Amino acid sequence: MSKQIKDFRGTPLRESDFQEGKVLYVHDALRGEYAWDTGIAIGHYLAGLKKGVILGARCDHCRKIVVPPRTVCEWCFRPLTEYVPLQDTGTVNTFSICYVTWDVKRIEKPEIPAVIEIDGASPGHGILHKLGDVNPEEVTIGMRVQAVWKPAEEREGAITDILYWRPLKEVKKR
Amino acid sequence: MGMRKVAVVGAGMTKFVRRAQETGKELSWEAVRMALDSCEMTIDDIEAVCMGTAPDAFDGLHMKAEYLSDGAGAWLKPYMRSYVGGGTGIFAPIQGWYHVASGLFDTCLVVCEEKMSSFYPHAQAAFLTIFDHTTERALKPNLLWIFALEMNRYMHTYGVRKEDIALVSVLHKRNAADHPCALLGEPDITVEDVLNSEVLAWPVQRYDVSPVSDGAVAIVLAAEHVARRITDKPVWIEGVGWCLDTAYWTNRDLCYPRYVEVAARMAYEMAGITEPRKQIDIAEPYDPFDYKALHHLEGLQLADRGQAVQLYIDGTAARTGNMPVCPSGGLLGVGNPIAAAGLMKIAELFWQLRGEAGARQVPGNPRRGVAQAWGDLMQVGTVVVMGR
Amino acid sequence: MSERVAIVGVGWAGFRPSTPYQSYKELMYEAAVRAYADAGVDPRRDIETFVTVSEDFHEGTSIFDEYTPDQLGGALKPVHTIGGDGLHGLATGYMLVRTGRFSLVTVEAHSKASNILTLPYITAYAQDPVLNRPLRLNPEYIAGLEMHRYLYETDTTPEQCAAVVVKNKRNALLNPLASFAADLTLDEVLNGPPVAWPLGRHEVAPLADGAVVMVLASEEKARLLTDKPVWIRGIGWCNGPASLESRDWADAPHIREAARLAYRQAGIRDPFQEIDFAEVDDTYAFKELQHLEALGICLPGEAGLLTEQGATEPDGEFPVNVSGGSLGVGHLLDGTGLARALEVVLQLRGEAGPRQLEDVEVGLVQSWRGVPTTSGVVAVLSN
Ligand SMILES: [Zn+2]
Repeated sequence: MSKQIKDFRGTPLRESDFQEGKVLYVHDALRGEYAWDTGIAIGHYLAGLKKGVILGARCDHCRKIVVPPRTVCEWCFRPLTEYVPLQDTGTVNTFSICYVTWDVKRIEKPEIPAVIEIDGASPGHGILHKLGDVNPEEVTIGMRVQAVWKPAEEREGAITDILYWRPLKEVKKR
Repeated sequence: MGMRKVAVVGAGMTKFVRRAQETGKELSWEAVRMALDSCEMTIDDIEAVCMGTAPDAFDGLHMKAEYLSDGAGAWLKPYMRSYVGGGTGIFAPIQGWYHVASGLFDTCLVVCEEKMSSFYPHAQAAFLTIFDHTTERALKPNLLWIFALEMNRYMHTYGVRKEDIALVSVLHKRNAADHPCALLGEPDITVEDVLNSEVLAWPVQRYDVSPVSDGAVAIVLAAEHVARRITDKPVWIEGVGWCLDTAYWTNRDLCYPRYVEVAARMAYEMAGITEPRKQIDIAEPYDPFDYKALHHLEGLQLADRGQAVQLYIDGTAARTGNMPVCPSGGLLGVGNPIAAAGLMKIAELFWQLRGEAGARQVPGNPRRGVAQAWGDLMQVGTVVVMGR
Repeated sequence: MSERVAIVGVGWAGFRPSTPYQSYKELMYEAAVRAYADAGVDPRRDIETFVTVSEDFHEGTSIFDEYTPDQLGGALKPVHTIGGDGLHGLATGYMLVRTGRFSLVTVEAHSKASNILTLPYITAYAQDPVLNRPLRLNPEYIAGLEMHRYLYETDTTPEQCAAVVVKNKRNALLNPLASFAADLTLDEVLNGPPVAWPLGRHEVAPLADGAVVMVLASEEKARLLTDKPVWIRGIGWCNGPASLESRDWADAPHIREAARLAYRQAGIRDPFQEIDFAEVDDTYAFKELQHLEALGICLPGEAGLLTEQGATEPDGEFPVNVSGGSLGVGHLLDGTGLARALEVVLQLRGEAGPRQLEDVEVGLVQSWRGVPTTSGVVAVLSN
């Protein structure tokens, strides 16, 4: 360490220091409320989900189909105007078996977040979602999965209109 | 036209602790005072101040840098906050570099502060708001998810084993035992300890992760003509690079951090480095999780893809090896007060290259080092090459 | 080092009280496309580095810089964010070009103020959490305190402050980007509802959505791209006392210091004589007066008189906020400073349409980050 510095400051506290009133603090809960405009591309995406369809967008210049849709291709900077309905099946690109919630509460039945490459989009193009109806030990990268939708009358145009993705039992021809 | 040379001439840091009694302002001030003392300068010698600090959500403070400004020594000075998520701790010195290299300022103070303990009940919950508000946040994603998803993809693609990745955590936490500011230095930790620790989000376990902490680090930068007056041991900022990949992280292959590669190539080009594995003596890659150090060594072109773990298996990464990695103890050992943790790596290279790293000193008079940080949605790489 | 830096392209989008048809990404994209077309550049091929300006709590997203690269053409390129005002972003772009390492830089700032449902709370969270926040006051009280002390020390009158509102909202009538143009009388402004006495409702700039993108270039690149470069002659920025407990309530020393830095670079000794017009922060009407004084355009206590006498009108000796200012255009949160710089660029290029000033060569732009901060930027631009 820099030899000149002998005394490194920074005073550690323990949880008990607060509980016993040795250290005073101010508690505040924030009120940050927002209503984000979904705009054109994500507006279409949400409207599609409400109808039970996952929409992508096509870039003719780069010859690829991306999901979620966007109004500009980030690689060629050309506008994207064509929305393409994709399948509600896909392939697990990667997954985790998670034993804590977003606010770090321990859970017994783990959540299984995954990146799912969507059939009909270009290879490697996926979305973040969760897997369900599956034994966590049996999940593998490359596993084929299918969306489990909310009943049509309960859908509201949100990513949660898909409840989760479960293993694809058999390949159906449409 | 040639670029102005910029040197690091002083550095200071607080201890990294789970919960500090000091406020963010006070932590900043302590680090600044030590940095100025170390090069016998006063705040009046400083012409501009750069602040690096991670999300406002941790502190529940809007425009956090404005609040921190007096603690950082910015009173009636040009002061600016740069921001690239977890990459901020290595970006702030880049920001300081362009302040001086632009010719507008001859001296610049760079301060990085983090007070993560203010968030109640746990800092990790603040990370929910880093996800896309419309397409992801409704799923209640956990910060650990993205690391677990990336680690799994990395292990799967290259066939890297968890028991080998654990070597990273072991080496860094052991190194940290020699750091007077470290939160989690553990001289006797073993691979078994890591593999037996609590599973958080498989494949991520408790000891794969760096601890959230409070702390601050400051460095002093100076233009060449000033630096030579201040010290006979300036450490030069030889190269800087940064790169931000697309926000659509689920459209990318997470197995390789190409944004780190782009940033590294930018920094190496500026530093005149053509063979990084031969021309760099010390590496301080960003290691908030153990596999991340491997990922980043590969992005930094210091190992082939999927092969970085060999540096740990064959001892190359040890302090006495050919390419010491995180001799400081890294984030895994010293602690992870986000922006401050990145700047800690710059301070470490400063001390190592001057031969002032005490018990942590890398032998053989190292001449050149690289420090790197990472952030956002597995998206940003920030790289600084320093040499004497 | 490249000494001279020019603005070679400008673009904008929104500038309305709400923009429900576009996401923030789409707003930024529209502004970016316009700026790149204006500069004649392809961002994927030509732009070397990108600077965006935002604050997490204004976006409702932590680490907001994550979401900035794609719609600017910056993916997998050197992009970084500044937590500041749009002019802090301009200063950053200026420094990056001056290092000699970059010859084309994009600078972006925006507002989606209409999406923030609890903005007064958000603004209040910028106060000291232990000393000030527990008082649970609407943060505009700070502006009321500053205004009262400013009037007291400088003998400026409420009528003079109201004259700023009348002038700026009337100027805005000629600006298609202005959302809050009006033809008000002095009495209407003075008799409006109070917010934090002596500050009245009409004296507070209303909020707007919008995005501004600028392309900066080295001298060499600028000469290739345009025959109407706007040069950044000097730019300075400064923070004053951070806490409410340590500030001078009547003064704006941070603006004085920022101006000193900018004038030194630009070689300006007498700003009133050497600068032709200014876009000055008027988040609150009295701020325009206080800022003009801190900028050295006149002595403390004189800005109100100048305003009353019409010197700051478009046909006056020193036109101020010909655009309509934030009072007339709308306040764009972190995008405000860049929006004001946009007006200076248009004026210096002779592209300001019906509000074009004659024979202008040097323009001044100044920003302030709003309550409770003492943070501001000053830039001198010329054609
Ligand atoms: Zn394309």
